[in-house]
Amino acid sequence: MKTLEELHKIREDKRKELDLRVNTKADTQEKHILVCHGTGCTSSKSPEIVENFRKILKEKNIENVRVIKTGCFGLCAKGPIVIIRPEDTFYAMVTPDDCEEIINTHIIEGKTVERLLCKDIGNKVVNSLDELSFYKKQKRIALKNCGVINPEDIDEYIAFDGYLALEKVLKEMTPDEVVKEVSDSGLRGRGGAGFPTGKKWEFTKVAQGDKKYVACNADEGDPGAFMDRSILEGDPHAIIEAMAIAAYAVGADEGYIYVRAEYPIAVQRLRIAIKQAEEYGILGKNIFGTDFNFDLSIRLGAGAFVCGEETALLESVEGRRGQPRIKPPFPANAGLWQKPTLINNVETYANIAQIILKGAEWYSSIGTETSKGTKVFALGGNVNNIGLVEVPMGTTLREIIFDIGGGIPGGREFKAAQTGGPSGGCIPAKYLDTPIDYESLKEIGSMMGSGGLIVMDDTKCMVSLSKFYLDFTVSESCGKCTPCRFGTKRMHEILTNLCEGKGTLEDIDKLEKLAHNIIKSSICGLGQTAPNPVLSSLKYFRDEFEEHAVDKKCRTQECKALAKITIDPEKCKGCGLCQKSCPVAAIKGEGRDKREIDQSICIKCGTCIKSCPFKAIS
Amino acid sequence: MSEEIVTLTIDGIEVKAKKGTTILEAARTAGIDIPTLCFLKEINEVGECRMCIVEVEGMRGFATSCIQKVADGMIVHTNTPAVVDARKVVLDLILSNHKIDCLKCVRSGNCELQKVSKQMNVQDIEFTGEMKHHEIDDLSPSIVRDFDKCILCGRCVATCKKVQEIGAIERSNRGFETCISTVDGKSLNDVNCTFCGQCIMNCPTGALHEKETIDEVWEKLRDPETTVIVQTAPAVRASLGEEFDMPIGTNVEGKMVTGLKRLGFDKVFDTNTGADFTIMEEANEFIKRFKENDTLPMITSCCPGWVKFAEMNYPELLPHLSSCKSPHEMFGALLKTYYAEKENIDPKKMYVVSVMPCIAKKFEQQRDELSNDGMQDVDNVITTRELARMMKQANIDLAKLPEDKFDDPMGEATGAAAIFGTTGGVMEAALRTAQDVLTGKDLQEIDFESVRGKKGIKRATVEVAGKTIKIVVASGLGNARKIMEEIKSGEADYQFVEIMACPGGCIMGGGQSIKSAKTRLEYDVRKLRADCLYSIDEKSTIRKSHENPVLKKIYKDYLGEPLGDKAHHLLHTNYNKREKYKLD
Repeated sequence: MKTLEELHKIREDKRKELDLRVNTKADTQEKHILVCHGTGCTSSKSPEIVENFRKILKEKNIENVRVIKTGCFGLCAKGPIVIIRPEDTFYAMVTPDDCEEIINTHIIEGKTVERLLCKDIGNKVVNSLDELSFYKKQKRIALKNCGVINPEDIDEYIAFDGYLALEKVLKEMTPDEVVKEVSDSGLRGRGGAGFPTGKKWEFTKVAQGDKKYVACNADEGDPGAFMDRSILEGDPHAIIEAMAIAAYAVGADEGYIYVRAEYPIAVQRLRIAIKQAEEYGILGKNIFGTDFNFDLSIRLGAGAFVCGEETALLESVEGRRGQPRIKPPFPANAGLWQKPTLINNVETYANIAQIILKGAEWYSSIGTETSKGTKVFALGGNVNNIGLVEVPMGTTLREIIFDIGGGIPGGREFKAAQTGGPSGGCIPAKYLDTPIDYESLKEIGSMMGSGGLIVMDDTKCMVSLSKFYLDFTVSESCGKCTPCRFGTKRMHEILTNLCEGKGTLEDIDKLEKLAHNIIKSSICGLGQTAPNPVLSSLKYFRDEFEEHAVDKKCRTQECKALAKITIDPEKCKGCGLCQKSCPVAAIKGEGRDKREIDQSICIKCGTCIKSCPFKAIS
Repeated sequence: MSEEIVTLTIDGIEVKAKKGTTILEAARTAGIDIPTLCFLKEINEVGECRMCIVEVEGMRGFATSCIQKVADGMIVHTNTPAVVDARKVVLDLILSNHKIDCLKCVRSGNCELQKVSKQMNVQDIEFTGEMKHHEIDDLSPSIVRDFDKCILCGRCVATCKKVQEIGAIERSNRGFETCISTVDGKSLNDVNCTFCGQCIMNCPTGALHEKETIDEVWEKLRDPETTVIVQTAPAVRASLGEEFDMPIGTNVEGKMVTGLKRLGFDKVFDTNTGADFTIMEEANEFIKRFKENDTLPMITSCCPGWVKFAEMNYPELLPHLSSCKSPHEMFGALLKTYYAEKENIDPKKMYVVSVMPCIAKKFEQQRDELSNDGMQDVDNVITTRELARMMKQANIDLAKLPEDKFDDPMGEATGAAAIFGTTGGVMEAALRTAQDVLTGKDLQEIDFESVRGKKGIKRATVEVAGKTIKIVVASGLGNARKIMEEIKSGEADYQFVEIMACPGGCIMGGGQSIKSAKTRLEYDVRKLRADCLYSIDEKSTIRKSHENPVLKKIYKDYLGEPLGDKAHHLLHTNYNKREKYKLD
């Protein structure tokens, strides 16, 4: 238990101590070696890197250097990442074996280990994080502390204004003022749908109930999305603080964080953070000497995608099968155990403390007319800089993919970007300059979603991609309502037929009809958005679907069943080697005949191509 | 306080409805028949099937009319092209995974899916594809589950979990793989199912039905060597007519007897006579226990679903159960001993068929304890529905039959026995006999109103021969559990308990005529059938079991005293702890 004075002292002292983390000119003899401990870098041995650093430092009796485990730096493609402060040297793809050299060269000799420096776009070698084009257009609000602090040390969080916003609301603001601040900021739900956060808070605040709850949706389920995971891994106290502020604003005294068990590091750091906050008296009874009480618990999800739907999440927290409830009533009126419940996503909460501290006006000055602030994207797919980026709303896709993401690898053409995961859609090249916000993405047939952004080059088949997303929704549909349970399955079957050359133009019409009806009649967001990837692909790449249906052709050759292996009669010498190599006896011809492939038997294994000495088969 | 009435517009028609009613109910009162499948009033109001979707002006997306409450000024459209198309697609998708074998389906003609398909003029299935196939589970003596006809409406799950509080079945897996499953996918025979059959009564399709055993009956009827005797339970006569489109709760006793005789049964007897024996034994057992303060409260034991429930869930409380066999088992035992002797029939060549409103009776019939000299007391149990099927097979139109009487010499029964078929009936019948036995008088105050009516648990205090007896009547296994917990915890301050597994008693048993969700919204089926039995009781000249001349004669000539050695041997049984789950 800490008094407010003690907390202030911690903040002051620690801030000075940690100045080198954010100030390259910090007045210090110390050095901090920051090693990324996000999930990606952890699985690439970053814990061993830390261990090695510490061992070597001890052996060499070096005392003014500390090794810090931090959250994600964002540029996952270059992990494991090591940054040395205050000079901000950025080492990429570090292995445990590199530690010795870094200590000897960088720490002892004061020189840079050139070979470990990161190569930016155009192979330009850069020294520091700030010089990397990956970071130049980013603006970090939600990810403010990720990669800066040790997420397992509450004092480091406190050093960078942590829990100051909570102190401010408890000491200086009424719940109404807090709700107003959040409303005025223009913050909208970062989980995908973009509902105005302030409104949600207002509804929960005015809802009648002897008991209220706040909940955090950390059941990030979109394939390829890891924004929430990174925030929880890198800055768990930010979520605790925001939930406490929310609880104060809406009149709740109990909170639940629903996080998937597949995020063991996030869970672990949340547990540590909650324990530390309890020890400091920041969670529990009479927080900061006021009569505000707040307890926070974690609930683990088993990984069902549907549990990211807020009402299914509530069911799961209560211990039942994760299935959505019919709305209305909305959680604000009847949520956990039928009590008014505020439920927000991790990234939404990650903005709250900053809004309280810097004000709604500051926050709403960032972004577009209807979408304020920043958005974190998990950038993946056929793009050079795979990683986590936070950009102001209104940044264009082109800026994210080419300026930040470094463009398409291998000099290939950009084909489409997929946002919103299995609920979103594909955006073709003609919309690369669309400023990203909730409305503009919806207008072009996609959606913001939780922030997955997958880039595709021209080797990707859009029919096959649609099928991939349906694969996901078919297996993740909870099965509660008919349209989603059977409809997604039937859509998947039609797409499979198209990919296998068994589809017809009529099937494409059926696909559309089914898609529109599933959207309209499903109970929850899962079913209501599951057809989006198909509809948007149909909208922009209908010709590819028609090619599959009519010409039985896949221009990218991704659909194996449509690939056709033929023997060029001009080049064939009738040697028969291909015939001998064919495992299914699909090649016809005798003696010195020119050989032919029976397409009905061929399994497209490609063995014959390799066997032909005359390169006659392709 | 008067109920608030709201005015809304449905399809251009102004409709007034009580605040709190759903759009669906309001629409139906206005003659707008929105189709439903998963909806079951008060039991399954989940909006999952999506058949009842409607448009409400100002509301995003479709509204779920079975859940959405009416509001003043609401404008509802149930038939816009968008709604009709979406509903058609939903039904199409359901049908695309449904084993459509209506011609040979047990529910053909009484299937809600079939009715909705007809209502929506389904002519073809557009979105065909893979169909989920599961093996049929027919290992239990009572229930057959054909998953390929299951439309996942969840009505069975809700009934088992919320009404009966058993939870033998639950949704399992996700998406297209979703199915209704028991623990570990075991057969119903190997889990905590009580065979009450309420799941069958609430299933809209042929996915759940009784294990049919009428072929064996036909076989015996065709065998000249066998004396085939049939007995019919009290509740059957209140529901059989419904299978022949007669109004719910029509008393078809006389027509049924005619029909049974036409089917070729050698003798047609009434289980009501058996019920009178049960009362004689049970009332005397209660008096004995009451006087000796021995293992009270005593609980009735004529319901086999309840007995199985007790054996699985409360083995330590089994001594509280009356040792009396159920009426048809008592009657079967007497047929194969007393009657066989008297009529000079070899009991081994006698085949006793019980027509029951119940499917747990099929399980009960097979119990080892219910036998004598290596012969089962009863040889076959068929349900009300199966009897109707037999009659239809034999070209018998029940509604047009003349009336007949049960055969002598065992065809006489009392009004007390008739009300066995409804919740509270056994208690009332027992009290009538108990008060006469205790006072030695022929008391005229015999209507015990406090044990009648639809409440799931009824508590009353009755004065019998100057003694105060506290009684409880419970129906539905959820309510049974509440009572058992009271007994277990020592809270129970009552002496006599009647328990029936099915809510409402045997008239609502798992073997009765199945009524659709829609019919049950319009009619109080339980009350109509109960009224039928109470009216039989009222019209009876003899309304107390101990006054039944058949009983008097058999006790005098054959059994001796109630609870005597012979009676004990033939009419009483015992119970054993039963594991809920069979381990592999």
